[in-house]
Amino acid sequence: MSGERPGPDVRVPRPSVARAPEAPPAGEPPPAPTNRNDDRFDVRLRARARFGTVFAVLCFLATLIGVLVLAALLVDIFRDGFHRLTPAFLNGMPSRFVERAGIKPALVGSAWVMVLTAIVSFPLGVGTAIWLEEYAPNNRFTRIVQTNIANLAGVPSIVYGILGLTLFVRGFALGRSILAAAFTLSLLILPVVIIASQEAIKAVPNSIRLGAYALGATRWEAIRYQVFPLALPGIMTGTILALSRAIGEAAPVIMVGALGFISFVPTRPLDGFTVIPFQIFSWVSRPQVAFQELAAAASIVLLALLLTMNAAAIWLRNRYTRKF
Amino acid sequence: MSAIHVPAGPIELESRALSVYYGGTPAVRDVSIQIPDRKVVAFIGPSGCGKSTLLRCFNRMNDLVPGARVTGEAIFQGQNLYGTGVDPVDVRRRIGMVFQKPNPFPKSIYDNVAFGPRINGYRDDLDQLVEHSLRQAALWDEVKDRLDDSALALSGGQQQRLCIARALAVAPEVLLMDEPASALDPIATQKIEELIYELKQNYTVVIVTHNMQQAARVSDLTAFLYLGSVVEYGPTQTLFTNPREERTEAYITGRFG
Amino acid sequence: MATELTAADARPNARTTVDRGLRARRRQERVVGFVLFGFSAVSILTTLGIVAVLLFESSTFFRQIPLIEFFTGTRWSPLFESPHYGILPLLSGSLLIAGGAAIVALPLGLAAAIFLSEYAHDRVRRVLKPVLEILAGVPTVVYGYFALTFVTPLIRAIVPSTSVFNAASAAIVMGIMIIPMVSSLSEDAMSAVPRSLREAAYALGATKVEVATRTVVPAALSGIIASFILAISRAIGETMIVTIAAGATAVLTLNPFTSVQTMTAFIAETAKGEAAHGTIEYQSIFAVGLTLFAITLLMNILSNVVLRRFREVYE
Repeated sequence: MSGERPGPDVRVPRPSVARAPEAPPAGEPPPAPTNRNDDRFDVRLRARARFGTVFAVLCFLATLIGVLVLAALLVDIFRDGFHRLTPAFLNGMPSRFVERAGIKPALVGSAWVMVLTAIVSFPLGVGTAIWLEEYAPNNRFTRIVQTNIANLAGVPSIVYGILGLTLFVRGFALGRSILAAAFTLSLLILPVVIIASQEAIKAVPNSIRLGAYALGATRWEAIRYQVFPLALPGIMTGTILALSRAIGEAAPVIMVGALGFISFVPTRPLDGFTVIPFQIFSWVSRPQVAFQELAAAASIVLLALLLTMNAAAIWLRNRYTRKF
Repeated sequence: MSAIHVPAGPIELESRALSVYYGGTPAVRDVSIQIPDRKVVAFIGPSGCGKSTLLRCFNRMNDLVPGARVTGEAIFQGQNLYGTGVDPVDVRRRIGMVFQKPNPFPKSIYDNVAFGPRINGYRDDLDQLVEHSLRQAALWDEVKDRLDDSALALSGGQQQRLCIARALAVAPEVLLMDEPASALDPIATQKIEELIYELKQNYTVVIVTHNMQQAARVSDLTAFLYLGSVVEYGPTQTLFTNPREERTEAYITGRFG
Repeated sequence: MATELTAADARPNARTTVDRGLRARRRQERVVGFVLFGFSAVSILTTLGIVAVLLFESSTFFRQIPLIEFFTGTRWSPLFESPHYGILPLLSGSLLIAGGAAIVALPLGLAAAIFLSEYAHDRVRRVLKPVLEILAGVPTVVYGYFALTFVTPLIRAIVPSTSVFNAASAAIVMGIMIIPMVSSLSEDAMSAVPRSLREAAYALGATKVEVATRTVVPAALSGIIASFILAISRAIGETMIVTIAAGATAVLTLNPFTSVQTMTAFIAETAKGEAAHGTIEYQSIFAVGLTLFAITLLMNILSNVVLRRFREVYE
């Protein structure tokens, strides 16, 4: 036994048994292993323990690296952009002149897009989740639908942009408008909304449904009056998180045709538009340092927005989720 | 007259005033018993009496439970397993354990048996050791042609014997068995019991069982535990035919449990 | 002729109230079921739409550019006098950056997963895990900004020959971004390994690191590999970091310190640019998009297959 204290070997010596030269006939128990006092094993306890400590430290550092980089990112953005966060910035129009540049159209555009995306994706997503969880028969078609949704969640966002460009901008003749962007982003986040809603619905115990049926409710009535209200907090949380993703997306918005130079604040769904991430992209693409700082300032705004939305989602979940 | 028997002959394992606390609740209270070399000792008792917890003290598996606290001493060949400077890793190699539900690794049969020797730096012929261990577990003939097959393809009884072979491969001196046959059918159970009878020639075996008939069949000494304490401990024959304590008699006649 | 019993037979007054109510509710039930099914069909239509658009629009491209040239050509220069449409430079740009991101994310993500699953106390895990998730929530434009303004100058301080737009910067930042994907999914896989397996390894005299690396990780391997594949697929499909930081030079190279262009960056920049709709250059967006879609779809399917196939073996 290893130990820091050297001590007399207090083990009772065993009679050593000669090892059989070959395996005994089947059925007979084999002779005892010779000399069980450890020398066939090179146990190396201290080396293994040292290695274990080093390994644990490395794993911990690996976990920290992500956190550190995140901190560096936040510091970098604040350092670069904080001084540009003025009311004029928040309320102004983009301009060639850095001192006058603002993100008002982007703010308004993002708000429009978010609201419209929510209006489109919420019923579609939740409806699909309800159908999958409550109505769909357990057959091959349903499995295909489910797998398809999982696959859609992994499609690159720019491919959704290509779809939106062809289908909504040109096909439906919506032009390079807020509405086209909203439809495109709705399709993008639809799988996320569906999957989150499904989880929330699955979490409602079956006894609730059975109780409603036993009282003579139809399937829809059981859902509408019992299951859905109980699943709603989880659904809302998932939807808000999905929307927060949509707000940060630039690639599909580029494809749908956000305006790089915008001189007005959008007021109608068919108006041209820009959104905050696209404005960041526009500015960061310019070589002048001042525009980079504007990009940083807009990034702060975007991050603050996301933080608010995520905090709201978490608050919702903590406040309203009931443990069954 | 104490109900706790003191065995004659060399003592392999011993507990002195051993107690185990989970949080504030004692699961094992002040247990002092001696386990002689190369005998089979059975721990019996109703569910929750602490027999598994006591067993796990002897290979320091309770260390892995967060919030578990052990006081007292567990002595192995004269040294306190809970003394300062004792590495539990070393303890566990020398005091092996077989669990209630067979838990082979999702690897081949060979790799299961070879796992222990490999991490413990075995220097000799590994193939021979694997064969030897499987023979000791009475499993060699059934698997010798398919050592590379997945261990999960074996039946429950075979998996348990594989787990025994795996434990034996690191040449322990004591084998702790926590209800090793409770998840198995009667035929597999019988094979395990025969195995235990063979193993006692070379190993000290401590077996926890909720099956009194099994304890009676297999063990030399039996300890009856109740609510964390050893109520009675003595030669199996005596304990079952002529128990000293009333509670013991009540348990083995089925009045509670 | 059998006559049906109706509610009217049971109780003469019931027909007007119960019967009509029930019929209306049944009708509502059918309508709702139909509507919800219609909603669900949107997801199928989306996939069909993507495939149809990509195939249809690419077909006009491929009528003019032969498939062989597209898939094996090593020059991508749509704007030149004699344009070339070989996708390999774009493909290599995507793979170079995704590979670099993998070098960062896979070891760090797996190590983080091992730490969170096997070493961390409950309280530590409850704090660190959401913090890592934040990494996944930062918008990619912001990452692009970070890559261009912070990481690139850092790299240029170490390797002075690095150009302002370079693959390394994008790869590193993208790697950090996908760490949570690897760590989260791998940790789930490792947590699913039953405790009894760990106990078996401990009981054989294994140290904690040996239990983690020689028992748990091999047992969770299918989930871990699936997470790797998904993370790489994500890296290939990412647009903003590469568009901002990696450059717009389509060149077939393994040099991470020079400017490259990925498939996604090309699509974004062409759509934003001046190419008129209907020109070959514009149509090339769809051909590149089709390639991108096919690659990521195959990888996602592969990841699912790995997950399912090896999980069966384990159980």
